[in-house]
Amino acid sequence: MQQTKQDPVVRKIVVVNAEQEHAFAVFTNNMGQWWPKEHHIGGSPMVAVVVEPRNGGRWYEKDEDGSECDWGTVLVYDPPRKVVFSWHLNGDFEFVPDRARASEVEVRFISEHPGTTKVELEHRHFERHGESGDRLRTEVDKPGGWSYVLEGYGKLMTARDLGQ
Amino acid sequence: MANYPQSLIALADPTRLAVFERLGQGPAAVHEIAKGLPVSRPAVSQHLRVLKDANLVFDRQIGNRRIYQLNPAGIESIRAYFDQFWGDALESFKSFVENREPKKPIPSNATNKTRSSRPKNRRRKR
Repeated sequence: MQQTKQDPVVRKIVVVNAEQEHAFAVFTNNMGQWWPKEHHIGGSPMVAVVVEPRNGGRWYEKDEDGSECDWGTVLVYDPPRKVVFSWHLNGDFEFVPDRARASEVEVRFISEHPGTTKVELEHRHFERHGESGDRLRTEVDKPGGWSYVLEGYGKLMTARDLGQ
Repeated sequence: MANYPQSLIALADPTRLAVFERLGQGPAAVHEIAKGLPVSRPAVSQHLRVLKDANLVFDRQIGNRRIYQLNPAGIESIRAYFDQFWGDALESFKSFVENREPKKPIPSNATNKTRSSRPKNRRRKR
């Protein structure tokens, strides 16, 4: 598991004892079976997480009562190497369709040795959840909002690093 | 999602987001923030309090003015939440995928069952 301190990005690495194809297939086709159960948004218990196997596919949970709740979109579906999702849930657990307000999760599957796959996950742009779509489109170059926060965050982390 | 970070919850409200973005232009007092928004000053104060509790803004007393500004550390709570979440999720994925490996000969260490999911080599550094 690793992460850089400069960017507000989450990076995780896990090495699994499984072939690349299998690791990719389980990650995408069986997501509901390994996804932490308490982390879902529907009102009734979650029975599955569906990743539609194509670029532009839906990413959603299915619940016991038959309802479906969208989480995001499959931006890149490239078996068995890579899958990228957009994550559209805001703080009210609502699905916000605007891509400009969604963060991104990229997962890469790298075959290391026979029977071993390195899974690298990167969750980025989560500052977009706090960005109004209009503002992002019209004022993207102006200092303010998250760009200001991120700049300060970067400085803070750098200062902390230097201080140690 | 369980325990979504307070900072994301705070920003889900459009007025609060507007207050937050106003502070992105620079530190300001309550009445200055309220000027550009269709809500009362007490309402702005209320929103500022939520943003403050979520660690997204902080305030300082300068003379007789209370000035609010963005807290650069605010985003850390969001990052920390996802960091923890993906750590748990990938550990769960690892133990699931390793128990679901199709019947293929594993080249080496075939007798080593990878059933236990708790890593032993976890050391705490101080």
